[in-house]
Amino acid sequence: MSLELLDIHKHFGPVRANDGITITVQEGSLHGLLGENGAGKSTLMKVLSGFHSADSGRIVLDGREIKLANPDDAIEAGIGMLHQDPLVFLPFSVIDNFVLGSPGSARLDRKKAARELSELCERYGFNISPDTPARLLTVGERQQLEIIRLLWLGARVLILDEPTTGISADQRAKLFETLKALATEGMSVIFVSHKLEEVADLCERVTVMTRGKVVGEAELPVPPEQLVEMMFGQSIEIHDRDSVPLGTSHLAFDSVRTATGLLSEEPISLDVQSGEVIGIAGMEGSGQDAFLRLCCGMRTPKEGTVSIGGKDMTGKHYRDYLAADVKYLPAGRLEEGLIEGLTITEHFVLTGEKQSFFVDWNAARERAVEQIEHYTIKGTEASTAESLSGGNQQRVLLAMLPPELTVLLMEHPTRGLDIESADWVWEQLLARRQQGTSILFASADLDELLRYSDRILVFFSGRVIGELDANNTNVEEIGMLIGGRRAPSSGSVSS
Amino acid sequence: MTSNRLLYALIPAGVVVVAAFGLLLAAGTNGFEPIKLIVEGSIGWPPFEEGTSSKVGDTVMVWVPIALASAGLIVTFNAGMWNIGIEGQIIMGAIFAAFVAREVSVSRPLLIALIILAGAVGGMLWGLLVGVLRTAGGVNEIFGGLGLDFVAASITTYLIIDPWSRTGVASTSGTDPFPDEALLPSLEGTRLSPLAIVITLVAIAGIWLLFRGTLYGLKLKAVGRNRPSSFLMGIPTNRYLLGAFVICGALAGIAGTSQAIGFHFRLIPAISGNYGFLAILVVLLARFRAFWVIPISFFFAMIAVGSSQLQLRLDVNSALGGVLQGTLVLSAMFGLGWAAHRFRKQAEAGAEST
Amino acid sequence: MSGLWNAFVELFDTRTIATIVAVSSPLLFASMGETISEKAGVINLSVDGSMMLSALAGFVVAFEFENVWLGFPAAAAVGVAVALIVAYGSIRLSLNQVAVGFVLFALCTELSRFLGSSYVGRQPEGVPAWDIPWLESIPFFGQVLFQQNLMVYLAILTVVATYFFMYRTRKGLELQGIGERPEAAHSRGIPVNRLRYFYTAVGGALIGIGGAAFTLDVKLGWSDRPTRNFGWIVLAIVIFGGWHPLRVAVGVLLFRTLEAYALNLIPEFPSLSQVLPSIPFPLMILALVIVNWKAVLAWLDRYPFLRAILRSDPPTAIGTRFEIN
Ligand SMILES: Nc1ncnc2c1ncn2[C@@H]1O[C@H](COP(=O)(O)OP(=O)(O)O)[C@@H](O)[C@H]1O
Ligand SMILES: [Mg+2]
Repeated sequence: MSLELLDIHKHFGPVRANDGITITVQEGSLHGLLGENGAGKSTLMKVLSGFHSADSGRIVLDGREIKLANPDDAIEAGIGMLHQDPLVFLPFSVIDNFVLGSPGSARLDRKKAARELSELCERYGFNISPDTPARLLTVGERQQLEIIRLLWLGARVLILDEPTTGISADQRAKLFETLKALATEGMSVIFVSHKLEEVADLCERVTVMTRGKVVGEAELPVPPEQLVEMMFGQSIEIHDRDSVPLGTSHLAFDSVRTATGLLSEEPISLDVQSGEVIGIAGMEGSGQDAFLRLCCGMRTPKEGTVSIGGKDMTGKHYRDYLAADVKYLPAGRLEEGLIEGLTITEHFVLTGEKQSFFVDWNAARERAVEQIEHYTIKGTEASTAESLSGGNQQRVLLAMLPPELTVLLMEHPTRGLDIESADWVWEQLLARRQQGTSILFASADLDELLRYSDRILVFFSGRVIGELDANNTNVEEIGMLIGGRRAPSSGSVSS
Repeated sequence: MTSNRLLYALIPAGVVVVAAFGLLLAAGTNGFEPIKLIVEGSIGWPPFEEGTSSKVGDTVMVWVPIALASAGLIVTFNAGMWNIGIEGQIIMGAIFAAFVAREVSVSRPLLIALIILAGAVGGMLWGLLVGVLRTAGGVNEIFGGLGLDFVAASITTYLIIDPWSRTGVASTSGTDPFPDEALLPSLEGTRLSPLAIVITLVAIAGIWLLFRGTLYGLKLKAVGRNRPSSFLMGIPTNRYLLGAFVICGALAGIAGTSQAIGFHFRLIPAISGNYGFLAILVVLLARFRAFWVIPISFFFAMIAVGSSQLQLRLDVNSALGGVLQGTLVLSAMFGLGWAAHRFRKQAEAGAEST
Repeated sequence: MSGLWNAFVELFDTRTIATIVAVSSPLLFASMGETISEKAGVINLSVDGSMMLSALAGFVVAFEFENVWLGFPAAAAVGVAVALIVAYGSIRLSLNQVAVGFVLFALCTELSRFLGSSYVGRQPEGVPAWDIPWLESIPFFGQVLFQQNLMVYLAILTVVATYFFMYRTRKGLELQGIGERPEAAHSRGIPVNRLRYFYTAVGGALIGIGGAAFTLDVKLGWSDRPTRNFGWIVLAIVIFGGWHPLRVAVGVLLFRTLEAYALNLIPEFPSLSQVLPSIPFPLMILALVIVNWKAVLAWLDRYPFLRAILRSDPPTAIGTRFEIN
């Protein structure tokens, strides 16, 4: 099927997520859609799959204009989308997920559907059992389930939104193989990604988006520099890490193990020095989260000791860690960070150094105004947290950090941020590092990990599978480890 | 845009007035008559005329528990909790107060102070229990609270029938009246107690100040809006939730005390008068703002006291008063909700056209 | 001690069991209604008031038209109307579901007292007994299940039908989907909010029928707040039953059995006569406390089968709004 998107506009409040986008996708082709986080790729694809309705614009399928008022219309037209976070019903079984929303008899025939599921699984070499609850599937398996479901529903245009975040290298290879096979069968595949290499690997044609607009198109292969230039305006180079002299031990794990679940199998030992930056890599849910929570006292180890600045903190409460200047910033900025409905001023009062029973609001507002200026936050002292954009929320979070920090733990410090904010965030973090703060950050972005870390810990399936010297490794090696394979010529160092 | 804003503020008010009058007309009255009767029955017509002091006293002493409970509920609502257990907390306050009133004999001022303290403690403990069930037991506060409401009501009935039964007769109507020294001092010939009024106003002012100017109030608000974020900021969230229940329970307990030693002068089975639930309506209508609790709960008290006149004079069932209260709150909620909805749509359309 | 035991043994009398089943019908209807509504993601907290007002409507219509069967559609209509107000308020106007539900509870309760005052003490024709030929003569089961009346049969049928619909049909799976993860349901072309209106209304209809089953069957006639606290009990039982129709039904029967037990105990403890009838509700809360206690949870985790029976999680999106721009 050939597909044309013509002059698509879509805004969310003041945000113009799609600002007049025109794209043509050839029949039977693998079409890449490339762009930074926040460029509007997901929005465009949601419009194409009927999830959102566009403000204006036309969609032409095989020469015929189609109206997509809701996802039903898109499914009818043969357009299926695999969302960035696969939209499966976690408590339901695989088979229920498979049939939910499909047309057919009033009474469910799970047996028949399970047979069809198995056939499709066999055909594409997937291995998902119909009775497993979906929450037990890995992200990769959830994707496979969704892909098969969409094919079963008769999709002929398949959209995959950032399908490689959170899956292993093996699963990725498998996925690419499947997509290539589908394309040869005449399927049009739209592959959305913010990673250059992947698009270059897989696709035949690429469209590049920035800030809601199309900024370039090319037949592949082209030299990567050209794609980089389209994405960023100019090519960037990885600048040298300025080294900070390491000092005393700030965070130490001695054979730490949890009681059950993730991180319960292999004890972890680790010593993080002042001014050191540790990157944490791994598929989503491989234990990074549990590890960071161990670092800040939100979880207690069953065995081993955790010390901060040389002091044994094992079993202490989160607030004791906080008092020892250990701070944790999880990924969900509005879920586990800021508070909806409270103003910036109120946030600063809550986390301020001086806490008196009565609040001096005038002084508080003045301080908030200062902070807003200092951290170039787009908003006023009376703006509520949810009214800020993601980048500005991150700025407020960093502004709320205490001046002295021993250890800073962060999840996805730049996820969903525009480049300017992302750079700014790292500027701040590196400045902290100069002051001696040890930083541990989890990220799904390998470039970010390589660029900023001194050491990289790779998590796989609830344990630390590798510890790499960031100066001595590369994307391939990290990728292998993330996928659970210890590289043969491991550049692993142990300190 | 400003004219729109005004319009959207006026529409809810209009909806409320239309709904209230519609209701009264539908009830077969001429719309004004019941309102006049309610006013007459609660504060006299014309208001506060000579000879109405007894009515006014009753109305004020109904206002006291409603306002106190409302003040308490502002705290739990801000902490994100639906304290439906407030009825039980009022009842427990009354029970504790009754115990001291019956058993202790000391000088009058000390006795009154002890009774109020006991009432506060009773309500507080019952509130704390809801909080503990919620924080440690994972039981939704709505159900924990309701369960404890049932228990408190049962305990009252049991006390009245068995250990505290009236001398000579076994009756479910109530205990013997408390000794005179144990009653709230009131103005001659009325129930009106200046002390109760002062306590109520101080409580409301305290709650206003709590959320207006203190870190404790701000932290309560933070916990109510987002518990994980608050925890990560270093706020001991469970302690704050329990704190909210303690404050609310104590105020509800004092409300129950006022019912026991300021209105009924003994323990009766329905001692709470359903004022806890009524207070929830008051707070929803006041949109959690302390100051507005004062007039709204007074208005609700007027309806509660005055609607008995409807039965006597218009032969309209006095439950009309309760219907009127419910209608007011529901129409205000929907009126405001509708206006906010329109406003959002307009703002969106505005953003689209620019 | 022997008193406790004797009262317990009395429960196993066939007549007692038949009575427990008979008086359970209002709660069975209403709890199925609330289960459906909550499964779709909408908490209808007005049940207590909604049941009361529909109990009145059913009674008044049946009484005025001298036809008991007309009462039920009237009651269902009132239940639907109240449910739709909850749905409209939360879905369309983004009001807090719990707040709207609570205010409606208060309003409907007062409305039923106001409108019903002149009907206090009037007696309508009740639902006639109807033994099912053949089946009624089965020992034990015949008396318990088949010597009842149409409303009791319908109540049992409603439980079975709700279960079958939810877990065995395509539409039922969609119903679960919209309460579990609405954006996923939306992406599959399921009209989330339209179905939420629909299922809240269906739930409201059942809640209404439950109310009428009380005034037209279980306890004929109107008095001040006849179904008082039933709605709250229904809300608790739905949690207790883990949003599963069959387990919720078991919860209803268990609750009614506890009540019967409490009544049996009164001769033993006459001084507690006023207290005993209100014991079952706190007992259910206690049960909820126990299965939620951290230590118990940890213990249950080791026995997945037991855990699945004793505790289950609410629909993930319960009480939340869904909006797509
Ligand atoms: N549902 C939504 N409501 C409001 N803003 C949104 C919504 N979805 C996306 N956005 C905003 O639209 C912009 C584009 O987002 P998105 O399409 O997700 O980008 P990408 O997928 O390229 O990372 C971002 O600024 C994002 O914050
Ligand atoms: Mg995206």
